[in-house]
Amino acid sequence: MDKSEGLALGLSGALLLIFFAAIMYASTARGIDVPKCITDPDPFERGQLIEHAEDRYELQMIARMWSFQPGSIEIPVGSELEIYLRATDIIHGFKIEGTNVNMMAVPGSINYQRLRFNEPGTYPLVCHEYCGVGHHNMRGEIVVTES
Amino acid sequence: MNFDTLNLSKSMRRLLLLLLILPMALLVMGIYGGLMQAFFRAGIVTSDPFVGGEYYRGLTLHGVINALVFTTFFAVAFGHAVVSKSLNMALNERWAWISGILMIVGTVMTALTIFAGVADVLYTFYPPLQANVFFYVGLVLVVVGSWIAFFTWIPPYLKWRKENPDKKTPLAVVGIFATFIVWFIASIAVAVEILVLIIPWVLGWVDGINAMLARTLFWMFGHPLVYFWLLPVYVMYYTMMPRLAGGKLYSDTAGRLVFFMFIIFSIPVGTHHQFMDPGISGEWKLIQAFFTFMVALPSLITAFTLAASLEYAGKQRGGKGLFGWMFKLPYFDSNRWLFAYFITGLFLFIFGGISGIINASYQMNAIVHNTAWLPGHFHMTVAGPVILGMLGMSLYMVAKLTGKKIRMKKMVTAVPYIYSVGLLMMSWGLMRGGLQGMPRRTNTGLTYSNPDSALYRADWQLFTDVVVVGAVIMFVAMVIFFAAFFLTLAYRKAEAPSLSFGWTESVHESSGPIRWLHNFRPWVITAVVLIAITYAPVIYDVTTTGYSTSPRFGPESPSPRLNPSPQSEQVVPPEVRSEEDLDSRAEQLPLDFE
Ligand code: HEM
Ligand SMILES: [Cu+2]
Ligand SMILES: [Cu+2]
Repeated sequence: MDKSEGLALGLSGALLLIFFAAIMYASTARGIDVPKCITDPDPFERGQLIEHAEDRYELQMIARMWSFQPGSIEIPVGSELEIYLRATDIIHGFKIEGTNVNMMAVPGSINYQRLRFNEPGTYPLVCHEYCGVGHHNMRGEIVVTES
Repeated sequence: MNFDTLNLSKSMRRLLLLLLILPMALLVMGIYGGLMQAFFRAGIVTSDPFVGGEYYRGLTLHGVINALVFTTFFAVAFGHAVVSKSLNMALNERWAWISGILMIVGTVMTALTIFAGVADVLYTFYPPLQANVFFYVGLVLVVVGSWIAFFTWIPPYLKWRKENPDKKTPLAVVGIFATFIVWFIASIAVAVEILVLIIPWVLGWVDGINAMLARTLFWMFGHPLVYFWLLPVYVMYYTMMPRLAGGKLYSDTAGRLVFFMFIIFSIPVGTHHQFMDPGISGEWKLIQAFFTFMVALPSLITAFTLAASLEYAGKQRGGKGLFGWMFKLPYFDSNRWLFAYFITGLFLFIFGGISGIINASYQMNAIVHNTAWLPGHFHMTVAGPVILGMLGMSLYMVAKLTGKKIRMKKMVTAVPYIYSVGLLMMSWGLMRGGLQGMPRRTNTGLTYSNPDSALYRADWQLFTDVVVVGAVIMFVAMVIFFAAFFLTLAYRKAEAPSLSFGWTESVHESSGPIRWLHNFRPWVITAVVLIAITYAPVIYDVTTTGYSTSPRFGPESPSPRLNPSPQSEQVVPPEVRSEEDLDSRAEQLPLDFE
């Protein structure tokens, strides 16, 4: 191995380490993370939005062929939304556009993410995993209203 | 005179031709499918009679043929040729044929189920979506066939080692063995998924399947699969391209190190496809994210070594200064047409690699996961360097094996450039749309890009349209290639068939074998240990955290097929939780986003 080669190897390694350090920073210091494994909620049978407090909502979301239930929810701006996602038939996807919320809905496990909506507006959510002949119809939305 | 008959008998030649030409014929369908997908997505067509009118059937065919069948057949044929040529040894022909026949039977079986419309499950076939049992059996036959091919190379290799104790194993053989070691270990996971989980469930012997476990086993195979595609092309880049460019490989040792690194780092990374999945703890996802960065290292070394080799070549050809060598390479030399297939692939791989690192970046994956960004990314890998290298090498080998002259050589040289222009456009459209939320694997033409639909998204229209333009250009390039390929075959033979590869020499090379880069065993053991460490907790999580298993579903209906479980209609009253209870959740996720 000659000198320039060693240098290239070292620089490549350093670059990757910097990238990984950035990931660690985002995950620990900023708390930006991927969905974790949760096992405590029971599988709910119907989707619903529950208001726990004025600005704290829990969304029990059912993904099934080919709709989200509830298909549309409304919450006031500044609310914190905890999302529990369950698929009742096959695998679906769940991405709230313009946010970091992106989840797979896999039957047999419940997925979980949480975020606060600071901007009013309509946030489309799209099923992004193939789920049969009606997949391209599967969409919902979250309406964040001006309070 | 015929050095060639020493290691390639007539029957072997026939087998290789079969393994190269048959998938090329199938690829015609696969590429046509790609064009149609672009049309469908933009809403230009809404039905394609060729595949029964169905978008998702066409997409299944596109993924299975292009990504699974074509690549596997090529790797086997190329492996047969490289191993027997560079060790100068005959392979066991009977087993080579058995392997080939298994793969062909498997392919026909799987293809028939797709055409019959009983396997609209895409190439990832995630349960609880269920296909006809022969879809899976066919895939298993293809995989087992490729294993047998690999096994036929082991005895000649061991014999060669015994006869040549002081020689380095040829780099190409190291590369091919690395490819198939990765493939063999990884495909055990998918074999288990299919044989243990899926088939008993499809046949109704068991009622439920653990969807997360099946998915996890699939990706344990699915990520190393991408290196199985890539490594044969790396073999070409390392052992043939520098010489074609008029130079030498910068470092033989770097090449060996790269192939060995792929053996250890290719597999303990598959969970990066499941960052957004439930049921797997964050720590295990993070560990696999780390190894994903490790597996980027051999590709960065490759980028350096190949650039240095090309610089050497360019300077040999009279290039001056820091960048002068770049203008001296034989880009459009139709006598070295194969070079065009390599250099365009390398160029595309820059973007494929960068977008790949973005995907791998753990929480950043949330922005791109399952959006159209993904097909944008991987067409610059698998439909870039991989397919271009494989097409070029297929044409080269077929012409040599039949002794025919390549027709339309100028056009053949232009194909990869035309194709790349189209590909860059298509990928831009897909990736840019993906960043704006456009989903992958979706017949957007019926809803999101249909102005008459309530779901219409005017802001995505530009992207689906650019994809169409790119796809048409790619398609035109491929049609020219297919024409040249089959025209070459149609003419009479011009010389005695003989296969030879122009192996490259190296600038820097150790005089004898370097001990730690000489034997596969320590690397394979390390690989197995790493897989055990990274995957044991993931498998544990997905087998223990689920609340139920799933019955079978078809793509056409939300009710399960056979023995449906009665859905309880009970409404659980909402339970209002206190603030403290809400705060108690251990996984505190960020609330704010930019
Ligand atoms: C003319 C050339 C091609 C065109 C126009 C094309 C077009 C496309 C498009 C538009 C998609 C996205 C479909 C969707 O997500 O809804 C796609 C998916 C895909 N393509 Fe291609 N493609 C071409 C060649 C190739 C080649 C050569 C390969 C592999 C060797 C390939 C492998 C794939 C794979 C694996 C998928 C993903 C399928 C899935 O998500 O299930 N494509 N292609
Ligand atoms: Cu869907
Ligand atoms: Cu991957």
